[in-house]
Amino acid sequence: MISCEKAAKICNKLQYNEASFFEKINLKFHLLICKTCPQFSKRNSEFTSLCQKAHLQSLTEQEKIKMKEKLQKEVTK
Amino acid sequence: MKNQQELMHHLNPDTWVDNYADYLFNYAVARVSDSEIAKDLVQETFFAGLKSAKNYKGDAAERTWLIAILKRKVIDHYRKINSNKGKAEVRMSYNSNIDSEGDWLEEQVADPYSKLDNSDLENAELGLAIQDCIAKLPKKQALVFKMKTIQGISTEDICNELGINSSNLWVIIHRARTTLMGCLNTNWF
Repeated sequence: MISCEKAAKICNKLQYNEASFFEKINLKFHLLICKTCPQFSKRNSEFTSLCQKAHLQSLTEQEKIKMKEKLQKEVTK
Repeated sequence: MKNQQELMHHLNPDTWVDNYADYLFNYAVARVSDSEIAKDLVQETFFAGLKSAKNYKGDAAERTWLIAILKRKVIDHYRKINSNKGKAEVRMSYNSNIDSEGDWLEEQVADPYSKLDNSDLENAELGLAIQDCIAKLPKKQALVFKMKTIQGISTEDICNELGINSSNLWVIIHRARTTLMGCLNTNWF
């Protein structure tokens, strides 16, 4: 039997498709027995689908650094 | 120089990129659907903000003020691409699809049962809500979460880049996700 902490970690990995087969079985088994984890697991998956639905965009760190440099130039002008 | 700084004492342009770039970028992408153009618009917004900093009276939050500028930039962008008379004429034809030439406008009315257009709007709003929450995370959590979830960088690469080990990474991800789930208003779930 794995701990809730471990289960949560596997659950997070699962959101990024990085849980191994063995981990998945462990998690399934834990979810059958544990009272609190299924709720977390469900919310976590829902959150993942929300993130996908939202088509989140972000600038990379390099792009931000470039932006800062350009802005800095404007400030000192 | 000193005078300029005094004028800006409500605004902190140094922190704009870190604090608002992603939020503004999401806002812009949802409206122009081209990430390169969106990026330029955000940059222009920052420049414009800097230029008109002396008009900032401090009655709106910094971000609201920047969004207002960005809105103008988006409108200007559409004006610019439509100003060419030739392009405007092409846009006048109600349908560019040759197959349906001769069909009437009635057939082009939005399908009232379609959920598509509405959900697009909703998703853009959801995106902003999530960005809002991400902005409230501690810097490192926000960075790791964005790299992993939005940019889809592999665990290994993130660990190498930030000099952390994988269990560290999963702890950070766990904290970020839990906070975000709590932050997102319950009506999104």
